[in-house]
Amino acid sequence: MDFLNILTLALGEMISPTTITFVLCAIGLSVHFGFTGLLNFGQAAFAAVGAYGMAIGIITFHLPLLLAVLMGLVASALFALVLGIPTLRLRADYLAIVTIATSEVFRYFMTTIGFASVTGGSNGLSQFGKEFWAMNPIPEGDYNLGFVSYRSDQLYVLAVGWGTIILGALVLRLLMRSPWGRVLKGIREDEDAVRSLGKNVFAYKLQALMVGGMFASIGGMIFVLNLSNVQPQTWTTNFTFTIWSVLLLGGAATILGPIAGGMIFLGLISLTQGIMGGLVEMGWLPFLTQPDVAQIRFILIGLSLMLLVIFRPQGLFGNKKELQFNG
Amino acid sequence: MSYLLRAQISRYGRIAAVLAVFVAIFMGPAANAATPDPGAPNGSALLIKGTVKNEKKPVEGVEFHVTGNGVDEKVLSGADGKWVLEVANKGIYKVEINLKTLPKGVGLRDATANIREANLTITNTAAVLFPLGKDTRVVQPLGDQVLVRLFAGLNLGLLLAIAAIGISLIFGTTGLNNFAHGEMVTFGAMFTWLFHAELKMPLLIAAALTIILSAGFGWLQDAALWKQLRRRRLGLNQMMIVSIGLSIVLRQVYILAFDGDTKVLSSEYQTVNIGPITTTTSSIWSMVISVLTLGFVAWFLTRTRIGKAARAVSDNSSLAAATGINVERIIRIVWVMAGALTGLAGILYGLQFQANYLLGAQILLLLFASVTLGGLGTALGATVGAIIIGFVVELSALIIPIDLKYAASLIILIVVLLVRPQGVLGKKQRIG
Repeated sequence: MDFLNILTLALGEMISPTTITFVLCAIGLSVHFGFTGLLNFGQAAFAAVGAYGMAIGIITFHLPLLLAVLMGLVASALFALVLGIPTLRLRADYLAIVTIATSEVFRYFMTTIGFASVTGGSNGLSQFGKEFWAMNPIPEGDYNLGFVSYRSDQLYVLAVGWGTIILGALVLRLLMRSPWGRVLKGIREDEDAVRSLGKNVFAYKLQALMVGGMFASIGGMIFVLNLSNVQPQTWTTNFTFTIWSVLLLGGAATILGPIAGGMIFLGLISLTQGIMGGLVEMGWLPFLTQPDVAQIRFILIGLSLMLLVIFRPQGLFGNKKELQFNG
Repeated sequence: MSYLLRAQISRYGRIAAVLAVFVAIFMGPAANAATPDPGAPNGSALLIKGTVKNEKKPVEGVEFHVTGNGVDEKVLSGADGKWVLEVANKGIYKVEINLKTLPKGVGLRDATANIREANLTITNTAAVLFPLGKDTRVVQPLGDQVLVRLFAGLNLGLLLAIAAIGISLIFGTTGLNNFAHGEMVTFGAMFTWLFHAELKMPLLIAAALTIILSAGFGWLQDAALWKQLRRRRLGLNQMMIVSIGLSIVLRQVYILAFDGDTKVLSSEYQTVNIGPITTTTSSIWSMVISVLTLGFVAWFLTRTRIGKAARAVSDNSSLAAATGINVERIIRIVWVMAGALTGLAGILYGLQFQANYLLGAQILLLLFASVTLGGLGTALGATVGAIIIGFVVELSALIIPIDLKYAASLIILIVVLLVRPQGVLGKKQRIG
C-alpha cells in the first residue's frame, strides 16, 4: 500500500471540483437550515436547476456563457418561488418530505424521453463548456504546487471554484450581519416573535430559499462545467444528503463551517477509501472486493449523518445555541 | 487524460473518476498501469445482457435499444435467446425492448414495462430481463385499458397499504417520519430471494421465515436505536435525519450482502384471464393476502386491548401513560408489527415484480404520499391513501409517459399538502 499516494489523493480531494461543488451547496443549505431553520431536503434539485439552466441556455438558446449562468440563477430563483410558495407555510417535517419529493420529480422530468430534445433525457447534455474552457487565462503546461502538480485547465477550474467560494462566503457574511440576516435568525429562533414585530415571515423565508438555492446552483454549474456534461442521475437524494453531512460536520449556522466541513469530510472519505482499497489489494479484507470499497463512501455519509445528529449536532465549529432543528 | 477528466460520470462513478484523474496526475503513466482502472475493476468488461424466453423457449431476433451515458446502440437476441452489449462506462442505462420484433401474439407480462434500467454503477454485468407472456397490449378499447389499469392500481395500492400502515403506526405513536422504512421493504424481498430462490426452500416456509426476521428487524431497530434516542430526548426532526442516515447505510449493507443486481424471486407463474385483464396467480394471491392482512390489522387496532392502547398512544401519549398504558411497550409492539407488515409487503412486491437493493428507496416516497394523502398517523387513512396512490400511479400511465408515472403521485402529494395538508381522513390540528 502506497501511503504517500493515498495521502496525496486525499489532499487533492480536499480542494477538488467535487469538494467545491459540495461546499457551495452547503453554503446555500446553511442559509436555508443554519440561519433560517428550513429543513430543505431538496438541495440537489437547486444544483440541478442551475446546471441544467446554464446548459440549456448555451445549447438551446445559444446564449454566451455569462448570460447562461444568469439564466441558471434566474431558473433557480423561480424554482425557489414555485417550491416555496406552497410549502413554506407547512410544518418542518412536511417541508422536508415535499422538498425531497420535488427534487425527485425534477429528476424524473430531466430523465424522461418526453423532454429529451431539450434535456437530453437519460443521456444528459454535453458540449456546452467550450466558452468556459476558452476563457482559461492560464497558459498551457504543468504547474507544480509544492508536492502536487496540476494542468492548466485543472488549475483554472480550481481557481474559478475557490474564487467563487471566497466571494460567496464574503457575501454571506455581509448578508448575515445585515438587518435582513438578523430577521432570518429571528425566524429560526421564534417565528411568532418576528411576526409580532410586523415582519412578513413568509416573504423572508422565501427570500432565504432563493438566496440559498442560488449558491447551490452555482455549485451545480461548476460541477457540470468541470465534467463538460450534465446527467440526470447525478442529482439524487444521495447528493442532497452528502451536502447535509458536509454542513452538519462543519457547523450549520456558521460561514466557515461548510467550507471546512466540505474539505474535511470529502478528504476523510477519500482517505478511508484509499486505505480500505489498499487493504483489500493486500488481501487483508477477504470479504470485500474493489467495487465494494466504492460503496464505503455512502456508508460513511450515512453513518456520519447519524452520529453527528445524535452526538454533535452543532458540528465542529458551530454553536449549539444557534441550532434549531424544529423551526 | 482529458478523456478521463471529462468522462461520462455517474453518481457512484464520480469518486472513481476523481481517483483515476489524481492517480494519473500524481504518478504519471507508470502508476496508471499499476493501478487497475476503477471503471473496469479486475480488467473485466462492463456488460449489459439478458435472455428472452417465451414459455421456456428462447426467442431469436428481438431488438433491444440501449441508451444512456453517451451510448445509443441496438442489439438483437441470438438463437439461444441471449443478447449482450459491452459498454465503456459505469452508470445507469435504459434498455428498451422493441415490441415490434416480438413474435406474433407474444407480449410483455407487464405490458407497461417496455423500458427497464440496467444499473452498472456497482456491478460489472447487469442482467435486464423482460418476462414474456401473452400479448396483452393488442389494441384494447379504452374502457378495457382503464379496467386493466384499475386492476394493476388496486394491486399496487394494496401492497403500498401494508407497508404504509407501518409508517403510519410509527409516526402516530412516536412522531417519527421514518425514512428508513423503505429498507424494511427491501429486507423482506431480499431474504425471500435468499431463502426461496437461493436456498430452495418452499415459498411458504421462506415467507414465514422472512416475516419472523422482519419482525425481529423492527424490534432490533427500536431496541438498539430509537428507544435510546427517545431516552436522550432527541428532537423529532433530528431523529428524521438519523433515519435518513440509517437508510443510506442499510442500502449499502444490502449491496455488500446481496450484490447490486436485480433478483428474480420466483420464476414460476400462471396467467389468469378475468375479462380483459390478464394477470398471474401470484398477483391474485398477493391481493387476497393483502386484503386479509389489512382486515386483520383493522380488527387488531379496533378490537384488541393492545390495538386500542396503540391508538390511545397515537392520540395522546401522555394521557395514555397517565391511564396506565406502558407507552414504551406499545411502541415496541408497533415496531415489531410494522417490521412484519412491511416485510410482507416486500415479499409480495418482490414475488410479482423484481427486487434490487433500491426497491424500498424507490417506493418510499409513494409510501409517504400515501400516508400524507390519508392523513399522517391514522392507519385507516394510510390504507385509503395507498389505494388512491396505487390508482394514480397506474392510471396516469394512460396519459403521460410511463417513465413519469411515479412523478404523478409525487405531484399529487404536493397538491394534497397545498389543498388539504391534514390529508383526506386526518384531523385538522395536524397542520402546522
